Amino acid sequence: MKSNRPVNLSLSTVLAVNSSPVAIASILHRISGVVIFLLIPVLLYVLQQSLASEAAFAAMKTDILGGLVGGFLVFVALAGLIFHLVAGIKHLIQDFGVAESLQGGRLFASLAIVVAGILILCALAWMVL
Amino acid sequence: MRYSATSFSRSGVSDWLAQRVSAYILAAYFVVIVGFLLCNPGLEYAQWKEFMSGNAMRLFSLTALLALAAHAWVGMWTVFTDYLTERQMGAKATIIRLALQTGMVIGVFVYVVWGIQILWGN
Repeated sequence: MKSNRPVNLSLSTVLAVNSSPVAIASILHRISGVVIFLLIPVLLYVLQQSLASEAAFAAMKTDILGGLVGGFLVFVALAGLIFHLVAGIKHLIQDFGVAESLQGGRLFASLAIVVAGILILCALAWMVL
Repeated sequence: MRYSATSFSRSGVSDWLAQRVSAYILAAYFVVIVGFLLCNPGLEYAQWKEFMSGNAMRLFSLTALLALAAHAWVGMWTVFTDYLTERQMGAKATIIRLALQTGMVIGVFVYVVWGIQILWGN
């Protein structure tokens, strides 16, 4: 059957051929989106416990956020959300025709990766400290 | 024009728009929640419960939940239809993609129902 969709190369081929900041930001945007989708139950569970009762709120803080597995999962979800948000804002700005040249796009993508990286480090410090 | 049977709105243009509108809502919700947490270090249960239980905040949370449903549907559909293709996986691609797509839609449904229970259940 003839498809009117563009042909997409396999992930490994794309990454091997194209390692520009645009490609890296794009694939991380997708990966972070899938990771967030899979970790939504963790976030909903944290929200549920935090609103259930005084005792559940306290237990959520010590057992989930303070625990190794729970803390790690929440941090991964938070890091994914931060990257997805920053890359998404980049997209929304580019909807208005900003940074559409080759060099402009690369610079903008590099900026998004650096900003997201800094914010993720801040989130790590916020959770650990 | 061919229409996809599994996309969110059956039309690429409306899917594109749904992705944008839901993105703005979700970005605003993330900033409000994280902003509240940053402004209230050492948050107590009573204060958090009061913040989340107000009518305006409940409505905002429900809006974000529905935006999440649309946003996840469009995003996961894009990922599935880009990578789980016959060109890359052979003839079994369609059945795998349909199975994952169905699982994703069930997941989205569970998130929405569970989220409403959290917001109004207690």
